[in-house]
Amino acid sequence: MLAYDWNFSAQVQHVTAPAVDYGAIAPTLIVFSGACISVLVEAFVARPARWSAQVALMLLTLAAAGAALGMHLYSRGATPVVTLAGTVAVDGPALFLWGTLLALSVGAMLLIADRTVEPGGAFTPDAAVRPGTAADRAQAVGTLAQTETTMQTEVFPLFLFSLDGMMIFTAANDLLTMFIALEVLSLPLYLMAGMARRRRLLSQEAAVKYFLLGAFSSAFFLYGVALLYGYAGSVQLSRIAEASAGTDRPDTLLFGGLALLIIGLLFKGSVGPFHTWTPDVYQGAATPVTAFMAACTKVAAFGAILRVLTVGFEGTRWEWRGLLWGVAIVSMVIGAVLGLTQTDIKRMIAYSSVAHAGFLLVGAIALTSAGLSGTMFYLLAYGFTTLAAFGVVTLVRDADGEATHLSQWAGLAKRSPLTAAVFAFLLFALAGIPLTSGFTGKFAVFSAALADGMAPLVVVALVASAVAAFFYLRVVVLMYFSEPAADGPTVSVPGTFTTAAITLGVVVTLLLGVLPTFALDWAALGGFAS
Amino acid sequence: MNGGAVLLAMILLPLIGAAVVALMRTAPVPAKATGLGFALVELVLAAVAWSGYQPGGGRLQLTLSVPWIPAFGTRFALGVDGIALVMIALIAVLVPIVMGSSWAERLPEGRTPAGFYAQILVLESLLVGVFAATDVFLFYLFFEVMLVPMYFLIGRFGGPRRQYAAVKFFLYSLLGGLVMLASVIGLFVVSGRRLGHGTFDWAALARIASTIPTSTQIWLFLGFFVAFAIKAPLVPFHTWLPDAGAEAPVGAGVLLVGVMDKVGIYGFLRYCLPLFPVASRTLAPLVLVLAIAGILYAALLAVGQSDMKRFVAYTSVSHFGFIALGVFAFSTQAQAGAVLYMVNHGISTGMLFIVIGMLIARGGSRLISDYGGVAALAPVLAGMTLLAGLSALSLPGTNSFVSEFLVLIGSFPRQPVFTVIATTGMILAALYVLWFYQRVMQGPVRGAAVVGALDGPGAATAPQAGAHRKRINFPDLSIREIAVLVPLAALILLLGLFPQPVLNVITPSVGATVTEVGLTDPVGQGGS
Repeated sequence: MLAYDWNFSAQVQHVTAPAVDYGAIAPTLIVFSGACISVLVEAFVARPARWSAQVALMLLTLAAAGAALGMHLYSRGATPVVTLAGTVAVDGPALFLWGTLLALSVGAMLLIADRTVEPGGAFTPDAAVRPGTAADRAQAVGTLAQTETTMQTEVFPLFLFSLDGMMIFTAANDLLTMFIALEVLSLPLYLMAGMARRRRLLSQEAAVKYFLLGAFSSAFFLYGVALLYGYAGSVQLSRIAEASAGTDRPDTLLFGGLALLIIGLLFKGSVGPFHTWTPDVYQGAATPVTAFMAACTKVAAFGAILRVLTVGFEGTRWEWRGLLWGVAIVSMVIGAVLGLTQTDIKRMIAYSSVAHAGFLLVGAIALTSAGLSGTMFYLLAYGFTTLAAFGVVTLVRDADGEATHLSQWAGLAKRSPLTAAVFAFLLFALAGIPLTSGFTGKFAVFSAALADGMAPLVVVALVASAVAAFFYLRVVVLMYFSEPAADGPTVSVPGTFTTAAITLGVVVTLLLGVLPTFALDWAALGGFAS
Repeated sequence: MNGGAVLLAMILLPLIGAAVVALMRTAPVPAKATGLGFALVELVLAAVAWSGYQPGGGRLQLTLSVPWIPAFGTRFALGVDGIALVMIALIAVLVPIVMGSSWAERLPEGRTPAGFYAQILVLESLLVGVFAATDVFLFYLFFEVMLVPMYFLIGRFGGPRRQYAAVKFFLYSLLGGLVMLASVIGLFVVSGRRLGHGTFDWAALARIASTIPTSTQIWLFLGFFVAFAIKAPLVPFHTWLPDAGAEAPVGAGVLLVGVMDKVGIYGFLRYCLPLFPVASRTLAPLVLVLAIAGILYAALLAVGQSDMKRFVAYTSVSHFGFIALGVFAFSTQAQAGAVLYMVNHGISTGMLFIVIGMLIARGGSRLISDYGGVAALAPVLAGMTLLAGLSALSLPGTNSFVSEFLVLIGSFPRQPVFTVIATTGMILAALYVLWFYQRVMQGPVRGAAVVGALDGPGAATAPQAGAHRKRINFPDLSIREIAVLVPLAALILLLGLFPQPVLNVITPSVGATVTEVGLTDPVGQGGS
């Protein structure tokens, strides 16, 4: 309406600021403030003190956001709150996913902040140096003496901005807010992917690839939003749902819009066949960043998928669900089969994440309360397992940095039994062996899917799990049953931060496998605000 | 008296033992002794459980149930019937024997006995758990997790092709397990529709079993069937067993073939039959065909084996066919025979495996053709092998005869054709056992492994008549080895002559199972 009224001064008086429920959105505000302060720290704090200041700020921010979340839950429970003129919904799923994101980012932050495993930290102090030059080689071999000065700390504000984007992404109740959150979460990630200290060329390739493909997917998303706006006259999910209920509007716009929108989301969640960036970016990015992306981006993307499908498109589920069946199957098959052929451990976990994205989609399209809580539980479980797995990957190193080629992992159990045991446990969790969170998550998701009449899909998923188990097992075989190579990698003694992150991941993986009740109850706390 | 506490203790104790033993990595002998000590305490606990069980009492006894994951309708519920109880007793008996037989096992380089004994204890705990679980979810959990210690036992401590065998074993079992998971989840969903809330409680599921539509039952049955048929294993799902059995270290092999495979048959009895009665009756011919095919096919392959451990694995597949025949004949007599057979097979095949392991430890070769005339050098070893072999071919007077006979006479009224065909398997059993014994033990001293042991490698080509004087390198059984074998030999004879105490425990439970399938015993047959 505003745009058509040329009498601007008259209009101003009619604008009333929307009511803002500051208590409900406090966690995102705190993270956002933390990110802004972090930029200031980067600008004004002297270099030697920057790392400590940033780490303290990160911990403080995450703790404060967690406390705000806890206070909100304690005082108001999971009663849905829709605020900011209906653009943000703080409801049960949003709260659970916020909690998940904050908890996972504690682990990711610890990995990012570590600067003893890779002397000086995993990030290049000078990203503009041309790869392969003498200057590049000099910065790659960060010596312990340089540790204090060369830690790249601008990764911290980027990390917080991205996290804030993810949090808003999962709570966005209209598609424009969702799009803005998508950009806020993505842009820092593109940069972070290109900041690895070692193998600069690979890292830059990852960043460019992620950026170009990400830009494409954002365009898809935006085009979808436009079509849906054309269909419903609104970008609010609930309005779209209302519009699609028994009208004679053209279905082409609705389903065309949904298709484009969902492609954008599936891309972010690295669901096959929209996964092609995943292996390259996982491999090229610095491993702590990969851990952050693998754990948190998936949570954000699936949070959004769940919300869009449940709130916006539940009424038309019979029209689109068949297609997503197909997507889920493709994703599971691609992840499981291509994972078999990988020789690089990071690429292998990347394909495993594609397979897991397929499993998650199976739960996400169930559109029942069990499906919702199961999928969210799966996100929590998978996030911590994969975080810890990447944490272990950072530890196995040779002179050229991380030893990610699978053959270099041979006989690891003999050299460092504890690292091998931890990694074997995490692999069993990824494979879904009982007494790990991986099994509980699979059970929750598949039982929801089966109860919703998707038995064939569940059988396909289970067969895919069996295939995927082979490549996890292959690593266990290498570590335990093979003889170590003479010039194999050594396992770094992890610093406090990495130890804490891996311990956190392993403990949660075990806890959610043995006593998952509290998390399951929390995930089932409430449905979406409509 | 809360009997469930005994079962819980039987699950926890070996785990504690494993943790203790694993910490004693640098002290091999105390580690082995500690492991054996825990296994013996476990045996005492098994005796307590046995004495606490009342045959003919409740369907499930020694129960214990605490809430676990309410969202999945699952409880940590333990309990045993007669079938589970005898299997748990078998485990408790076999584990100390396995430990004794592995005392001087030559492990691959860099592996410690502490690791081996700890894994055996973990496996024991999980095996007890899988038989004691009365909650389908809990059963599934143990069923899958027990793969992990066995995988490490084969892969870390096994023979030359251990990697291949371990992965093959794990993937086969995992695939079966995941197919079963689909059915487990299906069962949960179905129970949710019937009862209003999903449950995994075995007794509750058995009560609603007959109300589940036939087509649903068949799908769910097939999911369980695939897992159990791989585990049992039935032909054509058996190909992992010869590899795993041959490459596994002897101790693990005994538990693999003697106990773990029985989980498949036990699963048929405890889960498939009572939970899917209509499907079990409908699909029984399918299982019977596989069982009969297994008896004959595996027996023929056993005749042709050149590797001694693979030979034992194939004889086991053949025996499993008999057991499956007994289970799916749906009469109390046949099923009681089948359960007794499970116990007897564990004892006799366990003994056969162990004596063959002792033979291999002396000769350094697994090939039958490398041996000959061992009886002249090691008469006690030969005698023990003969006893185990005769039990494997079900000679009257040995334990297996009782069970095989019960299976056959129990099956005949309902399945005469299948039973008659199965009987020919007994002839093949006599063939493979006796021919094996003849080649390895009898005749003149010959074969690279034996002659090499006599005169050193150089003399292998020219055996001398006077070689007997230098027999020090192919010694007869040591005191430890005899002590390991005597309990098994005693059980073979004891259960051959007085099977009734065990049958008394088994029969009421299998009688209840037959009733749960919705059938009555054929005329003229009742519980024994």
